[in-house]
Amino acid sequence: MQFSENWLRSLVNTNLDSQALSHALTMAGLEVEEMQPVAAPFNKVVVAKILSAEKHPDADRLQVCKVDVGLAEPLQIVCGAPNARAGLLAPCALVGAELPGFSIKQAKVRGIESFGMMCSSKELGITAEATGLLELDDNAVVGQDIREHLDLDDHLFTLKLTPNRSDCLSITGIARDVTAITGAATRFAEVAPAVVELSQTKNISVDEPDACPRYCGRLVSGINAKATTPAWMVRRLERSGLRSISAVVDITNYVLLELGQPMHAFDAVKLTGDISVRFAKAGESLSLLNDQTVALKADDLVIADTQGALALAGIMGGKPTSVSDDTTDVFLESAFFVPSVIAGKARRLGLSTDSSYRFERGVDFGNTRNAIEYATTLIQNICGGKAGAITEVTGALPARSAVRLRMARLISVLGIAFEQQKVAQLLTQLGFAFSMNEDVFTITPPSYRFDITIEEDLIEEIARLHGYDHIPATPPVAALTMLAAPEQQLHLNQVRDLLVAQGYQEVVTYSFVDESWERDLLGNSAPIKLKNPIASNLSVMRTSLWGGLLDTLTYNLNRKQERAFLFEVGAVYHDVASKFQEATRISGLAYGSAKPEQWAAANTEVDFFDVKAHIDALITGDVTYEKAEHSALHPGQSARILLDGNAIGWIGKLHPKWQQHYDLPKSAYLFELDARAVLSRPLAAYQEVSKLLPVRRDIAIVLDESIAAGAVLSAIRSANIALIHDLALFDLYQGKGIAENKKSLALSILMHDTQKTLTDSDADATIAKLVELLQNNFDAVLRN
Amino acid sequence: MADLTHLIAEAEADFANSASMNDLEIAKAKYLGKTGSLTDALKGLGKLSAEERPAAGAAINVVKQAVETALTARREAILNAEQAKQLAQESIDVTLPARAQSQGGLHPVTLTLKRVEALFHSIGFEVATGPEIETDFYNFTALNIPEDHPARAMHDTFYIDEAHVLRTHTSPVQVRYMENALQTNKTPPLKIIAPGRVYRVDSDATHSPMFHQVEGLWVDEDISFANLKGVVQDFLQKFFERDDLTVRFRPSFFPFTEPSAEMDMSWNGGWLEIGGCGMVHPEVFKHVNIDSEKYRGFAFGLGIERLTMLRYGVNDLRHFFNNDLRFLSQFR
Repeated sequence: MQFSENWLRSLVNTNLDSQALSHALTMAGLEVEEMQPVAAPFNKVVVAKILSAEKHPDADRLQVCKVDVGLAEPLQIVCGAPNARAGLLAPCALVGAELPGFSIKQAKVRGIESFGMMCSSKELGITAEATGLLELDDNAVVGQDIREHLDLDDHLFTLKLTPNRSDCLSITGIARDVTAITGAATRFAEVAPAVVELSQTKNISVDEPDACPRYCGRLVSGINAKATTPAWMVRRLERSGLRSISAVVDITNYVLLELGQPMHAFDAVKLTGDISVRFAKAGESLSLLNDQTVALKADDLVIADTQGALALAGIMGGKPTSVSDDTTDVFLESAFFVPSVIAGKARRLGLSTDSSYRFERGVDFGNTRNAIEYATTLIQNICGGKAGAITEVTGALPARSAVRLRMARLISVLGIAFEQQKVAQLLTQLGFAFSMNEDVFTITPPSYRFDITIEEDLIEEIARLHGYDHIPATPPVAALTMLAAPEQQLHLNQVRDLLVAQGYQEVVTYSFVDESWERDLLGNSAPIKLKNPIASNLSVMRTSLWGGLLDTLTYNLNRKQERAFLFEVGAVYHDVASKFQEATRISGLAYGSAKPEQWAAANTEVDFFDVKAHIDALITGDVTYEKAEHSALHPGQSARILLDGNAIGWIGKLHPKWQQHYDLPKSAYLFELDARAVLSRPLAAYQEVSKLLPVRRDIAIVLDESIAAGAVLSAIRSANIALIHDLALFDLYQGKGIAENKKSLALSILMHDTQKTLTDSDADATIAKLVELLQNNFDAVLRN
Repeated sequence: MADLTHLIAEAEADFANSASMNDLEIAKAKYLGKTGSLTDALKGLGKLSAEERPAAGAAINVVKQAVETALTARREAILNAEQAKQLAQESIDVTLPARAQSQGGLHPVTLTLKRVEALFHSIGFEVATGPEIETDFYNFTALNIPEDHPARAMHDTFYIDEAHVLRTHTSPVQVRYMENALQTNKTPPLKIIAPGRVYRVDSDATHSPMFHQVEGLWVDEDISFANLKGVVQDFLQKFFERDDLTVRFRPSFFPFTEPSAEMDMSWNGGWLEIGGCGMVHPEVFKHVNIDSEKYRGFAFGLGIERLTMLRYGVNDLRHFFNNDLRFLSQFR
């Protein structure tokens, strides 16, 4: 809400200066977003009248003017403005005047003495651009200080109002709050009821009294719609961000701004029969003032005559019955529509009007009649006309139930001591009617406050007027108990640290991604879609973090990075039988050389087994990898990761077609893990440590090359052959000495017994069992 | 018996001429070996008479000891020289760069979240989480923002369908946590922070459609607005490691708190807005069946990116989601 400071000051008498007023409003909850002077600082500029304007003898574009500035003798001033002409009233800066950026001196302009300067609005810092002299009204008094004449010692205040404070959507409301904050007296003008000189009235039927508990209408006839809106009113409207349109429209806008009561004026001649307030009928449509034609819905409240809908109640008037220059009779409307009926309707039509904005939030239903009287007075003063009697229909207005405020509650919620007298004073400043019984106040909220229904509302009022600044920062006092620290549950940050230790950089990418990533890269034809995405390439919720990682890789490759080890921890989103499910994933991407380029190690590219090591470092437990295919991955280099036999993720090389698609010079390796599986780990459990030395035997077996090494290792582990404590694969060989389609695996076997020292024959017997197992399961033979 | 003292000088000369341990052993044999001259001399003692023998023996031993001393000295010298040679050979340029490993790092938003969690953990706050695809009910209605309430227009909401949105704030976690606490018979005090991603349909230099918030909630019998200010100020002072930092509350409006406040922090002589807060609204307590006559609570929400920008001097929000490695690597 934007308004003129002087307009506000005309309604409340405060001795705070502009800065202090602004601060006081902000600290009381009416945030002043911006405060700026309406004109730049300057002095010695007066209203002047050009008496004559003669062409400069030596310059085509200059004129030599005789200018009356209210002194005994006219001044001679050289002026280059195209609109300088005899009879024009315009500002004149006198010799010695200080203007924004320059000062006025007596000077010779192309040989002619000039005693001042005629000014444009730009030169006075009122507007950014101007094409000529600022033309003043004919009633301007020559010699008057222009700051006074144009009311330039004023500021534009812009308030960022919270939705609960609809009572401050008017100058009157803000003035009331200034009183509440400072105790300063308001000076609201008493509006005398207009003298009824017209016998005609309009019959009004309110068919929906719940939606429109109060409706006031009045005819004013014989007006001059072409009358000029007075300069002071235009100025106040403009300083509130409204452009002057015509006298009647300006007056309704003015009343809206000053009192917060939206008004509407119909051209009475265009109305047929009685007025009704009803919901729209099926198939009804309305051409609005903004030239938009809308099909009305059954819950759209309208003002109608016997011919049909005239206006969208509380939102916008209709075009056909709008006031024009030819209008002679108007039907004025001042009504109260309940917020819930108006709320959302304007937004549904893509509209937000000053009227709907106020009705949605709550308009003072105690001021409906006063507003129509005020508007009538202004119309009669400016446009003339005779007023008819007001037709008022009033139903059940919103209740204003009494709300109690207990001193004890106030003190305990705010955490500060409070004098009861102080509270009474603040309630008085607020203008709230209240009674006091021991330490309980009972308050009846006024009709303009829609936000006082419970005790907390009053506590907030007292707190904001007392000043949040006066509430101390007090540490709470609480019982000390320790927090749980589950040892079998890692914190995600520990996993992050493990990845960082292995050289991965964490990234954070958007949760919404390009639909094509989901469809093509992940084979997900039905991702969760956003109804209103911010961009078409951010329209669906991700089911994997890989898209974001690949995108980040591309972004960095385009910036001359040559290797990237990236990871992200974040949610993925699935639609499982129309239920949205989220899971946290830990996802990584490795690209480029396995180690940074350096003198101390060969420059080898990262590969599957590097990444596998990174994953192994994250997980404790029985992790296995089984060959499996994934739409994003190279079919020969991808695996499903299992923990205790349950699938928990994927690892693999990016499929060459995606490598090409993303225009990657090298292969990228990807992994993704379900965080829940990674985070849980068994509690360490002691097992007896043998005092005896272990025995190591190495064997090499030859078997079919198609047999997975993992199968061999897990077969040995799960066989639980007595004495075998650990084993490792230390060589893989194919080539000379090994038959085609065969491979040799070399295994080291560690054996021990906690009870006795192992003999050679014990070891031999154990190895024999092992070899037999491998022969039976894999048709493997010992290599010579 | 011949005088053998000349052997000392001879042996010393031979030893000195021995360049290696091997040479030295050969030289040693010449004097002390099985057929060495001193060994022979000692063997020759037997031929002497009993009267002559002690004096002769003593004389030989003096020589022998001198030779052995010379031998030991030379042996040490050779060892020292060999070791010195080895050490010289093994000398490296210690100024060469290390065998480089990849350098990883955390995202700055994570760094801030870690600090926030640690600081609140230190006064007993637990971390709570909730879904990012949130129901309209938890994101709005349960927070006292009914449908068509003008406050909904303050949130530029991403919609999934009629009933689901991308959460516009972390506040729904409050409601879910309190609801769950009640169901599991956990009673106040309830102290949680809820960090996480939130979403608004807004994208420009100072707004990201996705960003992070941390919500805080403390419900207890005797929690006040002054306590809220105390906790927030304590947090900001510790987070920024500045004891002189103060917090200013400005009246504001959130449907789920009352009184409500915007939090400003003193910063370089001015005030910076860093989040919203207030006392939990009785309507919210009603939704989760907590008796607002008995209990009170405060709640606050802080912008993580904002804190991060101030902490590290980052001047552009967009850096956080561009993920330029040249930016991210600055936070290691």
